[in-house]
Amino acid sequence: MANNSNKTALAAPAPSFWRDPDKRAIVYQALVLAFIVWLLYSIINNTATNMESRGLASGFGFLTSSAGFGIISTPFVPYTEDSSYFTVFLVGLVNTIIIAFVGCVLALVLGFVVGISRLSSNWLIKKIATFYIELFRNIPLLLQILFWYSAVLKPLPGPRELHEAGETVYFSINNRGLIFAEPMGQEGFQYVWYAFFAAIVVSWLIRKWAYARQMQTGEQFPNFLVSLGLIVGAPLITYFVMGRPLEFMPAEMSRFALRGGVTIIPEFVALLLALVIYTAAFIAEIVRAGIQSVSHGQTEAASALGIKPTHRMRLVVVPQAMRVIVPPLTSQFLNLTKNSSLATAIAYPDLFSVFAGTTLNQTGQAVEIMAMTLAVYLTLSLLTSAFMNWYNSSIKLVER
Amino acid sequence: MAINDNAKPQGVVHAGDLPDKPAPIATEGAVAWMRDNLFNGPFNSILSLVALALVLYVLPGLLSWLVFNANWSGGVEACRANPDGACWPFVGSRWEQFLYGFYEKSERWRVDILLVMLAIGVAWLAIERMPARSLAAIFMLFIYPVFAFFMLYGNEALGLPIVETSQWGGFTLTLVIALSGIVASLPLGVLLALGRRSKMPIISLLSTVFIEFWRGIPLVAVLFMATIMFPLFLPAGVTFDQLLRAVIGVALFSSAYMAEVVRGGLQAIPKGQYEGAMALGLPFGKMMRLIILPQALKIVIPGIVNTFIGLFKDTTLVLIIALFDLLGVVQASIADPNWSVRSVPYTGYAFVAIVFWICCYSMARYSRYIEDKLHTGHKR
Repeated sequence: MANNSNKTALAAPAPSFWRDPDKRAIVYQALVLAFIVWLLYSIINNTATNMESRGLASGFGFLTSSAGFGIISTPFVPYTEDSSYFTVFLVGLVNTIIIAFVGCVLALVLGFVVGISRLSSNWLIKKIATFYIELFRNIPLLLQILFWYSAVLKPLPGPRELHEAGETVYFSINNRGLIFAEPMGQEGFQYVWYAFFAAIVVSWLIRKWAYARQMQTGEQFPNFLVSLGLIVGAPLITYFVMGRPLEFMPAEMSRFALRGGVTIIPEFVALLLALVIYTAAFIAEIVRAGIQSVSHGQTEAASALGIKPTHRMRLVVVPQAMRVIVPPLTSQFLNLTKNSSLATAIAYPDLFSVFAGTTLNQTGQAVEIMAMTLAVYLTLSLLTSAFMNWYNSSIKLVER
Repeated sequence: MAINDNAKPQGVVHAGDLPDKPAPIATEGAVAWMRDNLFNGPFNSILSLVALALVLYVLPGLLSWLVFNANWSGGVEACRANPDGACWPFVGSRWEQFLYGFYEKSERWRVDILLVMLAIGVAWLAIERMPARSLAAIFMLFIYPVFAFFMLYGNEALGLPIVETSQWGGFTLTLVIALSGIVASLPLGVLLALGRRSKMPIISLLSTVFIEFWRGIPLVAVLFMATIMFPLFLPAGVTFDQLLRAVIGVALFSSAYMAEVVRGGLQAIPKGQYEGAMALGLPFGKMMRLIILPQALKIVIPGIVNTFIGLFKDTTLVLIIALFDLLGVVQASIADPNWSVRSVPYTGYAFVAIVFWICCYSMARYSRYIEDKLHTGHKR
């Protein structure tokens, strides 16, 4: 008897249904799921009804019909007014990728320079860097874009005020953009490219060899200088050996406009300037915080070991700082990519402006077009994150 | 002995200490400071000279344009006569529009009351010596927004004539969008952050998808969706005000960023706090409300302020969907043919830049101050 009652007291009584967290969790999740399903269902249902009542055909059939409008800049994709809406999509995509890529690279360079300047021992440089960061970080990006576009680039004199008819122009900045002579590779120019790629391969091999030698003997090799000399020197020598096979085709001033040459439109320049200057201010702060996050003891220990200041920075501080810098840097790159959609304010033909803007207005296919546009931005975000995550894991501290 | 008696002391003897000699000129004063901070090496010397040239090139021109050579009085003629300086009379003649937009003239006192209350409320929250700060926070987060809505929109029963949202504009609209965005996104962000860290797989998955979706798309796309797609999603006959749609879009967008900030705070709370709360037998809701969230939210105040700064700057994007915030109103005003002077667009942009800069910079300073106060680690 006593034994029996003891047993019942020891075994926990089965909790009632509402007291069991596992069962409660199932109920909560079922409720949330039901709500989401209902929400999605009613959204889809309403959209279908609304589109029907407005006489909008759903589906992606509109992509093949011809667009009928011109686009001011269509690099890499052949485009005429007869091209399909899908070509418009491609043009926008290419323009977005170009501005995002060039913007990220330039913002990274400028951000690093400003961030390191902020830690400089030079008082004046430090103050200028701080001023730059505090000024541009706290002014809305859209305002900066509008400023560069309509206050700086648009009021520039036109080509007619700068050049006479018939003049050959090698370089010109006017309100039609940045215009320079087009470099045309002549017979034999491909060898310059071959030399360039060969130099890269050789530099990589030298790097490997120098690392192995340093591991064995402790002797160092001026890796960076030799590689730089090779990569710059080899193509240059080939270029002169081949008899300078590069010709610059200048633009020519006709009665009203410059013909020929390479034109970089002012919309691109304004957007790029604003994006780079704005994002670099944030990257500079990230770089500064990263470098300052490296414990002072690391620098002191490096000095105590007699490591030179430049090596101290390169071998001790920066590798540790990178671990702090990379994650927020990724989100800055993502921000820059997303912010490039502000192009629509100055009509630079990026994806948002030509596809979610003009095409949407012409066809009214809001759902399909927004879905495609959002899919592109989400994919770009995922790709950038994936790349930066890969880089981040490659520099991560290797622990036991 | 005898010799010594007559001998006079050799050399100089001073009673007491000698006065200190001045330090060598090279180690003290302006010269030494310059040697240490500007010319400590050939590279730094060149850098200093280049930087100095840059400053001398940019600064005098800028100051003269903004201040010394600017037009401070007169009208459009004065600006036309002196095109090499900012045209501040333009701002002077338009400042009411910049502040209130197209809000009914006779009803602008309502906006004034709200602005004064906002200023007092924010100061109350920011100054730590103020009493009853948590009460003030509850008031600003929950009561003030409702009050502000009735004041701005009006209510016939209260005797306030209705002012349609299409008439709202200027800096008022900037504040309306930014503040309602942040007030709505804070609770939503907390919920999403808790959801993302939840052990229930479906809830955590849904929260993660929601957060990553909104973080992956640009705000312009959100605003476009709010204007174009939102009406399609609703049952026929149900319509929303355009401003409300924009605010909902902004709130959903910033709630995703807020969720990530709050998640950072939740992760920083040591596990012992959770375990302690559970050991006391607190249910989940009480554990979060009484133990975890007060600590977590306190350490992410800088992050919340930074999110707000970003949101505040991003409100300018509503000009793309034809709402007239401060930048939108100024952008429209500089196209006025009565003020077609070359310096007017520059003045307009400079004015908006200065307003935004002052707001954002002071918020950033406050956030940095809190951060320094919270962060009492080892510093050198």
